[in-house]
Amino acid sequence: MNRSPAIAVDEPAQQQGQYNLRLYVAGQTPKSITALANLKRICEEHLVGRYTIEVIDLLEHPQLAAGDQILAVPTLVRRLPEPLKRIIGNLSDMERVLVGLDLRSIPPP
Amino acid sequence: MTAQTQSPNESLGTLPKARTGIAGLDEVTLGGFPAGRPTLVCGGPGCGKTLLATSFLVNGAVAFDEPGVFMSFEESSADLIQNVASLGYDLSKLMAQKKIALDFVRVERSEIEESGEYDLEGLFVRLGYAIDSIGAKRVVLDTLEVLFAGLGDTQILRAELRRLFAWLKDRHVSAVITAERGTGALTRFGLEEYVSDCVLLLDNRVNQQITTRRLRVVKYRGSAHGSNEYPFLIDEHGISVLPVTSAGLEHAASNVVISTGVPGLNQMLGAGGFYRGTSILVSGTAGTGKTSLAAHFIDSVCARGERCLYFAFEESPAQIVRNMRSIGLDLQPRIDAGLLRFKAARPSLFGLEMHLARMYRDIEEFEPAAAVLDPISALRGETGEVHSMLLRVIDLLKSRGITAYLTNLLSVQGLDEADAGMSSLMDTWLSLVQLESNGERNRGLFVLKSRGMNHSNQIREYQLTSQGVKLIDAYLGSGGLLAGTARITQEAIDQSASARRAEETERKHREIDRKRLACERRIAEMRSELEAEEEEVRRSLQHDEDLERRIQAERAAMAVQRGGSSK
Repeated sequence: MNRSPAIAVDEPAQQQGQYNLRLYVAGQTPKSITALANLKRICEEHLVGRYTIEVIDLLEHPQLAAGDQILAVPTLVRRLPEPLKRIIGNLSDMERVLVGLDLRSIPPP
Repeated sequence: MTAQTQSPNESLGTLPKARTGIAGLDEVTLGGFPAGRPTLVCGGPGCGKTLLATSFLVNGAVAFDEPGVFMSFEESSADLIQNVASLGYDLSKLMAQKKIALDFVRVERSEIEESGEYDLEGLFVRLGYAIDSIGAKRVVLDTLEVLFAGLGDTQILRAELRRLFAWLKDRHVSAVITAERGTGALTRFGLEEYVSDCVLLLDNRVNQQITTRRLRVVKYRGSAHGSNEYPFLIDEHGISVLPVTSAGLEHAASNVVISTGVPGLNQMLGAGGFYRGTSILVSGTAGTGKTSLAAHFIDSVCARGERCLYFAFEESPAQIVRNMRSIGLDLQPRIDAGLLRFKAARPSLFGLEMHLARMYRDIEEFEPAAAVLDPISALRGETGEVHSMLLRVIDLLKSRGITAYLTNLLSVQGLDEADAGMSSLMDTWLSLVQLESNGERNRGLFVLKSRGMNHSNQIREYQLTSQGVKLIDAYLGSGGLLAGTARITQEAIDQSASARRAEETERKHREIDRKRLACERRIAEMRSELEAEEEEVRRSLQHDEDLERRIQAERAAMAVQRGGSSK
């Protein structure tokens, strides 16, 4: 009940560049922990207020791996904005993550 | 459900095997691929790797109650379903029955950005999930190498692949991994290093514009296997491998005699026909009626209710049927009854191996009592290759007790080179010759050899009549065999001579009769003459007596007159 107006408010924001991100991991491995930490850091630096992060553990939801074409873990999937983008690895190379998320074109603040 | 399909002769220590269900391949591998272990199938593009892998999986699901997971890196699920449908398998149905699970792993370099360390746990999770969802016993990975193109870090990839193969073994699934053939190595990325249990190599060779597919088991740890290159074929029935190079000489010999289809010919062969399961060669120049003789044989086979398979290399089935009607043989009812089947293919359509492969499959499928190859001379290739191919055909037929009837067109009168090489393979050899004399050609037939029986040494003339092939009684004149008009002329001469002889005898009979008559007449004449003479004599004697009596009477009278007494 409370959420529907919130979504309505979000919609124009999405069009302006709302980032819907999903991080696929397989258990709490060092790689996945690093990846999530790196992702949060990057988002806080570049996408403040306009991102959502969803972490999916494939060990708990193996059926999701095929549907989202997950091969490597960790995999970061940018579901929004279109087009869909995939970045694999622990996201330690920030430059490549920014390129992968199409954030490189935005001049750093 | 967990029943592992294993080789029947499995005993302690032998490797459990997962049957492929692919015709011939189970024989080559002596039971199938190693069960619970990965098998690598490598080959160049278009070799049939995917098809072989798919057959392994589908056969497992359909025939051996072993569900399977197909993980495709190249073809989308829709494409794959369509491709498999062309072989007559309904993949969607099998998926609905939870016998097959499909997973298309899409790897697109341009869509993937790499940043930092990763592993392929996602792939493991997917595969594991798919295996668990249907309780799979078999897995196909087609083609893993796509990963090398999609992912940049080969270090990670190699480590992960090594882990994958170990993982597959741990899961006890019989896996088939396909891989592209590389230059100098079996596979482009050296996958054979990881899969060390069983490696198959598929090959597609072009020789004189003709392609032949071949398969070889490069290695098979812990199992014996056929080590030759075996031809295989892919057609609407799927894939079949031909383990026919292993020609043995262990076929049983039958004492059953079957008709040649031509009564006169049966008489020429001491046993009254051919032995069942032997090989028969009919050779002759063009137009000697090889096919017609074969048609008689076929008709006699079908008349016994047995099946006959006809491999035609030069004529279409319709043409053969039409042509045989002209000699009074209608083969169409035999075809309709399912007793006769034609397999017509131009020799140039496939290589020799492929022909052999197709014959093998057709024979397996139709299980005929007799097979006709018409003509073997149409098979082109090096003499040695043709010879070895025919040897294998004959072995194949003999080992199944199928009577082989081969025709051979000779280019020139006499023995061809190929013919001479063939003779030792044949049990019975009928030679059809053109007898050329007096400006005409006539057909002659003789039995060149027939193992295990006496046979006529005569050259018999035969005619192709509207009632079929007719052997004509041999006519042997002073100058040898006479045929055609020469025979007819000679017969006429003989006839008139015998007529003359008959007349002569008749005349002689009449002569003697006449002589006898004349003789008898003369005897009668003489007798009557004699009788006449006798009569004369008798009469004159009578006369004399009368005279005497009269004289004496007169004398007495005179004495009385002279007086006195008479004394």
